[in-house]
Amino acid sequence: MEHLVYPSKGLSEQAFEKREVLFETWHVKAEYAWDTGVAIGKYLAELKEGRIVGRRCFKCKRVMVPPRMFCEHCFRPTDEWAYVQDIGTVKTFSLCYVRWDMVRLTEPEIPAVIDLDGASRGMGIMHKLGAVDSRAVKIGMRVQAVWKPPAERTGSITDIAYFKPL
Amino acid sequence: MNRTVDIVGVGWSGFGSITPDLSYKEMIFQAATRAYADAGIDPRNDAQGFVTAAEDYHEGTSIFDEYTPDQLGAVLRPMHTITGDGLHALAAAYMNIASGLMNVVVVEAHSKASNILTLDHITAFAEDPTFERPLAINPVALAGLEMQRGLDAGRYTVEQCAQVVVKNKNNALANPAAAYAAAIGKKPVLEAQPLATPLTRLMAASHADGAIVFVLADSDTAKRFKGKPVRVRGIGWANDTPALDSREWLDAKYARKAAEMAYRVAQIRHPRGEIDFAEVDDTFAYKELQHLEALQLTEPGQAGALTEQGATERAGALPVNPSGGGLGVGSLLDANGLARALEVVLQLRGEAGARQLHKANTGLAFAWRGLPTTSGAAVVLSN
Repeated sequence: MEHLVYPSKGLSEQAFEKREVLFETWHVKAEYAWDTGVAIGKYLAELKEGRIVGRRCFKCKRVMVPPRMFCEHCFRPTDEWAYVQDIGTVKTFSLCYVRWDMVRLTEPEIPAVIDLDGASRGMGIMHKLGAVDSRAVKIGMRVQAVWKPPAERTGSITDIAYFKPL
Repeated sequence: MNRTVDIVGVGWSGFGSITPDLSYKEMIFQAATRAYADAGIDPRNDAQGFVTAAEDYHEGTSIFDEYTPDQLGAVLRPMHTITGDGLHALAAAYMNIASGLMNVVVVEAHSKASNILTLDHITAFAEDPTFERPLAINPVALAGLEMQRGLDAGRYTVEQCAQVVVKNKNNALANPAAAYAAAIGKKPVLEAQPLATPLTRLMAASHADGAIVFVLADSDTAKRFKGKPVRVRGIGWANDTPALDSREWLDAKYARKAAEMAYRVAQIRHPRGEIDFAEVDDTFAYKELQHLEALQLTEPGQAGALTEQGATERAGALPVNPSGGGLGVGSLLDANGLARALEVVLQLRGEAGARQLHKANTGLAFAWRGLPTTSGAAVVLSN
């Protein structure tokens, strides 16, 4: 059996510079506008009003944030809207020194998962912390949403600018 | 081993050209709730596995399989996604059960085609980046190229293709779920704007949104459920080469191979005598004719003539796409195959309402994965 099917050799930097090595490139045009539907539509509309809304399941008694029209554990429709606080507790966080586009940061971004008051244990929101000394952030820290001014809200999770220590 | 497999429940949501009232998750939950009620099962306790068919670029989310469990009741259960047609997912579920690995498996596929703003670009993105995409030709031209070959080879006429549209859109009038039903004649089909000659706008299926869920079980377990079981007698799938430059462009070999496998598993030797009716891919009108011949349901070159004679109408000798097919129901992207199989199930159960066929004991569903593919899957179902 032949071990090498193709004649091959090591490539030099020169070969790339002289464009002896060719590449195929393509920029895909993929654009979407997703129907938010009942639950997420209401969630986003309420964020625009400066409120966080969840859904309650009468069977497992959970208040779920973000809201959903069905309970994924009970597999039944959820029963009613339930507003929760914009105050919560940091469940976990990280100091991220690499921006989403891979630029290195000197001041870290602080993504955090926050259990919201009024929602069932372990439910809340994934967001960012701000107005805080990164060295002071701790699991269990109490935080509150800092909302954008009403005129700047668009019906997005970024209608909350960040969460700050309470 | 090699246990027999039944479809014990079906449910669907839709179909519509747009569905802004529901998110895809809510749409799937609706279809799943109906399928579970139909089967009389509780998915959290009775289903051991879940298989979905979804294509990331149709969803707009990479690794889309992560988003499938909640709305199906599949959280913390065995679950996987197949980037193929819904019938490929059905085949995976069939194997899970036939092998004895699981007793009850749920299959799901859906379309939110209306949410894809650049669908033509996504289809073009499926073309080869070196040999095809640089030409920047709308992929619908591939259907024009193939239809032209079929016409030139005398396989069918333009009028016969138009008759397929007339039949399917009229069939869809009796299907409350169909999005594109129309009491239409041949003239507007022939005179519609050209997409890519000889294909006109009305010879191509328009996209629709919707979700379809099936519940499958081994035949022993199926007896415990309330649903009317439909036997999966055979299933098969095949792909031809993707190369556009060296395809034959005439026969749908992928369909022939897929059906041969399904017939072999189903122990069907004479498809024409043993298949009562068929739901076959008609994404483009000529495809119905091309597929019928490849599936050995008509003699080569005869599908068009039989269509003109009315043989493939609901009252004909070989009803084809009594649901309205893709042309009448709408093209549901990855859910097309399940839409075809759904109609076969409803017909076999005698629950097709105003479009119920006289004789429906064994039916065939065949799906093509659409442009630019040569990917096909077939399933033979019996009551």
